[in-house]
Amino acid sequence: MQETRSDNEAGYSAAELKLGQHGVISSIQGGDSLRRRLNALGMVKGAELVVAHAAPMGDPRSYIILGYQVSLRKEEARNILLQVAN
Amino acid sequence: MSGNNKIITVALVGNPNCGKTTLSNKLTGSRDSVANYPRVTLTKNEHDIHYRGWTLRIVDLPGIYSLTSQSPEERIGRDYIQNMQPDIVLNVLDAGNLDRNLFLTTQLLEMGCPLVFAMNMIDEARSKQISFDLPALSFMLGGAVVETDAARGEGIEALLSAIVDTAIGKKKSRLVNLPYDHHLEQAVACAQCRIAALHPDSMDEQQSRWLAIKLLEGDEDILSRENDHSALIEAMEKDRQILARQHSEEVDAMFAAARYGFIRGMLAEARQMLPDPTGHKDLTQRLDALFLHPLFGLPIFLVMMWVMFESTFSLGEIPMGWIDAGVGWLSDLLSVLIPAGMLHDLLIDGIIAGVGGTIIFLPNIVILFMFLAFFSETGYLTRAAFLMDRLMHIFGLHGKAFIPLVIGFGCNVPAVMAARTIESDKARLITILVSPFMSCSARLPVFILFAGAFFSDMAGTMVFIMYMLSIVVAMVAAIFLGKFVVTGVSEPFVMELPPYRMPTLKGVIYHMWEKAANFLQKVAGVILIGSILIWFLQAFPQNVEWDKDYDAQLMALEMQVQTPYRDRQIVLLARERAQERMRKSYLGQIGTAVSPVFAPLGFTWKDTVAILTGFVAKEVVVASYAVLYNQDEADTEESASLRSAISGSMSQVTAFAFMVFALLYAPCLATIAAIRREAGGWRWAGFSVVFSLTIAYSLAFVVTLLGAAMT
Repeated sequence: MQETRSDNEAGYSAAELKLGQHGVISSIQGGDSLRRRLNALGMVKGAELVVAHAAPMGDPRSYIILGYQVSLRKEEARNILLQVAN
Repeated sequence: MSGNNKIITVALVGNPNCGKTTLSNKLTGSRDSVANYPRVTLTKNEHDIHYRGWTLRIVDLPGIYSLTSQSPEERIGRDYIQNMQPDIVLNVLDAGNLDRNLFLTTQLLEMGCPLVFAMNMIDEARSKQISFDLPALSFMLGGAVVETDAARGEGIEALLSAIVDTAIGKKKSRLVNLPYDHHLEQAVACAQCRIAALHPDSMDEQQSRWLAIKLLEGDEDILSRENDHSALIEAMEKDRQILARQHSEEVDAMFAAARYGFIRGMLAEARQMLPDPTGHKDLTQRLDALFLHPLFGLPIFLVMMWVMFESTFSLGEIPMGWIDAGVGWLSDLLSVLIPAGMLHDLLIDGIIAGVGGTIIFLPNIVILFMFLAFFSETGYLTRAAFLMDRLMHIFGLHGKAFIPLVIGFGCNVPAVMAARTIESDKARLITILVSPFMSCSARLPVFILFAGAFFSDMAGTMVFIMYMLSIVVAMVAAIFLGKFVVTGVSEPFVMELPPYRMPTLKGVIYHMWEKAANFLQKVAGVILIGSILIWFLQAFPQNVEWDKDYDAQLMALEMQVQTPYRDRQIVLLARERAQERMRKSYLGQIGTAVSPVFAPLGFTWKDTVAILTGFVAKEVVVASYAVLYNQDEADTEESASLRSAISGSMSQVTAFAFMVFALLYAPCLATIAAIRREAGGWRWAGFSVVFSLTIAYSLAFVVTLLGAAMT
């Protein structure tokens, strides 16, 4: 638990990326089911994603990962934690 | 392989949107299912084909991203491969998106099944300047790799040949083990020792390695299968925790990352990607810039919805006129051919009227599904869901629910059917159950009649209020159902937006026909029984004791010299007889018996009978009123005499309560049949009837109470 919290404080999530911004995944939070689903879609540690489009009112948004496009609601994107860019 | 009878079972496995179903259709020459809708049963998608003296049994499994038993489709896929042991697993891959498609492949490799690979949609990959080193890929994947373009039929022959060669052992299929880092490998080895102690000699190396990995990943399904070995489960749980702590990462995430690493390495060796010489954005990017534009995306979508709606219902009117004329012609023909009597009435008033009244929706369904097929196969449907999700999510619905609900304003039957495009069971069921609340076009005549008769100075407003009410009720019902009735977790909105693709004309047309045939087969049966039943209730008992001797009186009138007055008397007498006939029929008797239930709402037995007939189709309510109020049965909602006839029969409050009730009460027979089919059984169809009746009654009662309080 301790580690999870420090991750959260240090990093930021895919939901905070702006349109067109890149991010590199550090970990997926939010429970086994969501993590496995996102893992299967290529969202694993070290994978890079870009925000491609936002729906009206900014939610959901679509991301490009591994060369394809996938849409996520903010509530899911918040569980994708990113590495802090150096 | 099943010995001498030369049958080779081939299971098709692949991601959604990889062209798997097109390939399956190409292989089998069948046109069974174009899109991979949920609930497509396995047996239905089995087809035998003959090739080089062998019978290939092609089994099309649902499109899935992985085999981790996270969804029913994934479990179906994994259980099939494990339990049925197909001779060949044909892994269909989107050649343009191997980076993700191969993830499923890594799991298939670990299951140790004999694999053949179809690099499908190779044309798209080629146009993106991507090329492959097939021998290298084939070596690393341990099976034959064939490039295919299913839409154009390229590579199908080579693929069939590779399948047979692999099945008879002419082509080698080799077991491939994915290498993991040494921590994971150690844990796997350790788990295999534990498994070997529990299942001595019953598992080969491949099976035990697979089981070990699944246990380490914490796969609930597999863990529950090893339930009786609590020591094993406990030990594995401990190993998992230790590993997770060491790496500060869940073990299954480590495995997933390692798999993606393996894929990256393999593609670095066997794939060549030249930079696009033009440097242009590709078609999908350009179209998305338009369709998902922050300002124009939504208006464009709404225009498309409008075009779809208008075409479905306005364009549909032309063939509907033909069907109507055809049914009328048939009915006229039969009434000449068959002598008057029971059979005559049953055929013409019961069966032809009922079934004819339903197949009249066929043009709507065909046109609507042509649009849906086009939207779905081009990839636009997911964009529409993307745009509407924020709004629909407020009501616990999926973005894809928007289209069925809009269609519901036209007709609830195609609306219920359109809910198929929603993958999540829970979201789909809720959408199916709330779409009948959308005020369909068949309810409009009832509103026009009542608004005209009781609220002539504000008729338009009243009709508008009905439409608004239908939306509010549907949305509130969606929230209620999601919270209390339809169980199951709401799945996250993780939806792939596939590249835009031009659908083949063939694909769209077959899709359309499939739906049309489906509608006729499955719905017509229920309608047939329903219309016979309603006809019977209206036509029986045959020998009623008339209050007057109509025949004698009519006869006497006809003997008189013809005057306008006499003709008028004949018409009036005939209407009076029709009214009495309806009152004394079983339906009238039921209406009279049930009417105390509706007394608190201020409805009379006439209203009750009209409501009962509305079960067949809501527009019938108007025709029933015409009979009940001694008007010509062919009178429409616009008829001034019908309006004036009913206008004195109830107060404005009661009339409003009736409109509310008519809007919301039980879906019509055709819709009930559609719900039964789409929601998978009578249970939900029955629930829908009870649920809507309860809501209709309660709201009408509230209107009555408020009305009483205000006056």
